[in-house]
Amino acid sequence: MSETKTKESTYKPTSPNSKLDFASLWEYSEAPESSANLEIKDKYELFISGKFVKPSKDRYFKSLSPSTEKEITQFAEATQKDVDKAVKAARKAFKGEWSELKPSSRAKYIYRIARMLQERAREFAIAESIDGGKPIRESRDVDIPLAAAYFFYYAGWADKLEYAFPGKKPKPVGVCGQIIPWNFPLLMLAWKIAPALACGNTVVLKPAETTSLTAMMFAELVKDAGLPDGVVNIVTGAGQTGAEIVNHKDIDKIAFTGSTNVGKIIQKSLAGTDKKYTLELGGKGALILFEDAPIDQAVEGIINAIYFNQGHVCCAGSRLLVQENIADKVIMKLKDRLETLIVGHPLDKNTDIGAINSKEQFDRVNSYLELGVEEGAEVYQSKCSVPESGYYIRPTLFTNVSQSNRVVQEEIFGPVLTVQTFRTADEAIEKANNTPFGLAGGVWTDKGSKIFKVGKALRSGVVWANTYNKFDPTSPFGGYKESGVGREGGLHGLSAYLNLK
Amino acid sequence: MRPETNFEKVPIDRVAVEERVGRLNKRSIKKESKVQALKLALSMVDLTTLEGKDSEGKVRQLCQKAKSPHPSMPDIPSVAAVCVYPNMVRIAKESLRGTNINVASVASAFPSGMAPLPIRIEDTKYAVEEGADEVDMVITRGAFLEGEYNFVFDEIAAIKEACGDAHLKVILETGELHTFENVRLASDIAMEAGADFIKTSTGKISPAATQPVTLVMLEAIRDFYYKTDKMVGMKPAGGIRTAKQALQYLVLVKETLGAAWLNNEYFRFGASSLANDLLMQIVKQQTGHYQGPDYFSID
Repeated sequence: MSETKTKESTYKPTSPNSKLDFASLWEYSEAPESSANLEIKDKYELFISGKFVKPSKDRYFKSLSPSTEKEITQFAEATQKDVDKAVKAARKAFKGEWSELKPSSRAKYIYRIARMLQERAREFAIAESIDGGKPIRESRDVDIPLAAAYFFYYAGWADKLEYAFPGKKPKPVGVCGQIIPWNFPLLMLAWKIAPALACGNTVVLKPAETTSLTAMMFAELVKDAGLPDGVVNIVTGAGQTGAEIVNHKDIDKIAFTGSTNVGKIIQKSLAGTDKKYTLELGGKGALILFEDAPIDQAVEGIINAIYFNQGHVCCAGSRLLVQENIADKVIMKLKDRLETLIVGHPLDKNTDIGAINSKEQFDRVNSYLELGVEEGAEVYQSKCSVPESGYYIRPTLFTNVSQSNRVVQEEIFGPVLTVQTFRTADEAIEKANNTPFGLAGGVWTDKGSKIFKVGKALRSGVVWANTYNKFDPTSPFGGYKESGVGREGGLHGLSAYLNLK
Repeated sequence: MRPETNFEKVPIDRVAVEERVGRLNKRSIKKESKVQALKLALSMVDLTTLEGKDSEGKVRQLCQKAKSPHPSMPDIPSVAAVCVYPNMVRIAKESLRGTNINVASVASAFPSGMAPLPIRIEDTKYAVEEGADEVDMVITRGAFLEGEYNFVFDEIAAIKEACGDAHLKVILETGELHTFENVRLASDIAMEAGADFIKTSTGKISPAATQPVTLVMLEAIRDFYYKTDKMVGMKPAGGIRTAKQALQYLVLVKETLGAAWLNNEYFRFGASSLANDLLMQIVKQQTGHYQGPDYFSID
């Protein structure tokens, strides 16, 4: 056997843990997506009853781009008076033509929205990346197409509701107050508005204050689509505006996606009222990796589970549980894979991890990084360079952690993965379930029977097998325990927007 | 010589492999990085002619192309090797005298391998004696699919020995192995048996090289390197015709194995028409416009 040459003398491993060099030689040049055709207005008004109207107090708040820390526009701050106006418009539209409209005509409007979203996909994608910091690769390939898919899907249900619930007479609930988070601004809007409209409801929606841009662009789209006035109303503002929606007497249903803390406050305020509600809250998903799994593909799945959208995903798999006999190998491979993740400007087509959504979240994730170190965890971050301005955090691994660490227990909502080991399937299941959350989880094994055994034992709303973060409009989504109440998506998502008698 | 453990299949998830390739294909290669990559890819080409109608004249002309791919632009790199049948090695060797370009010969009863081992060894020795710097052998796919993994290991080891100083590329003919688990196992066996390179295909079977298969093989090379510190090269062959495809392969290599593999000692393209498309793109990058195909020599 002749010796195979090695080149270790010329190439230095990228990190002390790796034998491979991912940094030298061929670098990708910048590949920025042009934002020249996107017009962002200086300020956006409220969208009430089909018109853009000034807020009653004439107050506006700034919106920054997290990738540059520069102001991009201003949004109107909706007060109690404005919310009331929006609810009245929604009620009027509901009582008027919308709930009485032939279901197939309702469907026509929703299809039209879906098609127009596809037509404007590029500008929505660019806006989403500028406003929220997510990489253009994700806003272009996931957020916007999926948002359109939800409208297409629920448009199809509009005239088939009686078939969805045989023997029942499904009736719309009325006016829906919808409050959405900043991690998937347009997609969460679609998850809320599409089923609500399909079921014959009208809506008052509040986007998150850091990411209102695509919601306001959506308002323009709704106007262009010729939807009857007041069917969709969009009010911008911070927590107080959300509270006005939650506490408004003439709202029949609240749909909220966001943090568990706010979810609890909402649930308390709704106690004793006859409002229906669905809450989609936080998570701390476990990724269970068995020794018999296809390891290289599992590593890829883990990367997608935690570093997708900077880890700002409520169903993110933020706790890796890996079988002890393969742990060293998996950790080594994960560290190598981290080195090829590109942290950079959201509009660069090669960026894998964009900017953390806001200064507030940036500080929060950083405080968890410090906490992890204080708790005795070993921290590993990739060595890639990050832009000078903007809120960027390198992908991070915490090893040498246990169930009792706060970084393992609490939702960090950033690009941070904790790694623990287990010996048996029972131990893995016990650790995976040992959390107040229960939104999502993942299992990697080559054995089908093990997938079913473990999947059934996990107390979480979604369990992915040999993959992660796959979304489809036909599939219900929601949590156990502190991860929420009710389901969105699929047929299950319809019932939340209907009175079934 | 044979490792003590039995060869075991490593599970591979096809869906996830294809998804990974899809994600890597989204890398945007522009400007300076594109020029660099096009030149790199050209320097990795094994310019190949493996036809029944190959003649001295054909091989001489191909060698001329290898030496000077586009005479009007002298800063363009030459290809890595010229790949021919054993009886053409002498001609190629003569034509390429005084250059850095290697002569590669297919051998071991290429493309089927369906001959007794001694004859395949003779075939290999002949190619080396004629002057081949590199030997591209085939494995016996029938034996592999029968589960005779030790047979496959032994034949590779025997041909490696017959190669002497010549570099050995082991062609797995992935199009006949069908599953990724088989591709992975055949890669592991070949590397354990002493392959300097593992190669996807003969070019005679469809499908030839694909990116998912290449990724599976690159990951096998990575695991082998983690385990043994030995760097094994990779050669996808067959079906790679465009510069765009070539760049996608380079992205696979860059993000799986890193910079140490991004040179023609460790990565090759087995292709005949790829070189001209690379040239066309290089000229486009330098001059800002495309020239018609008639401005590039076809040899």
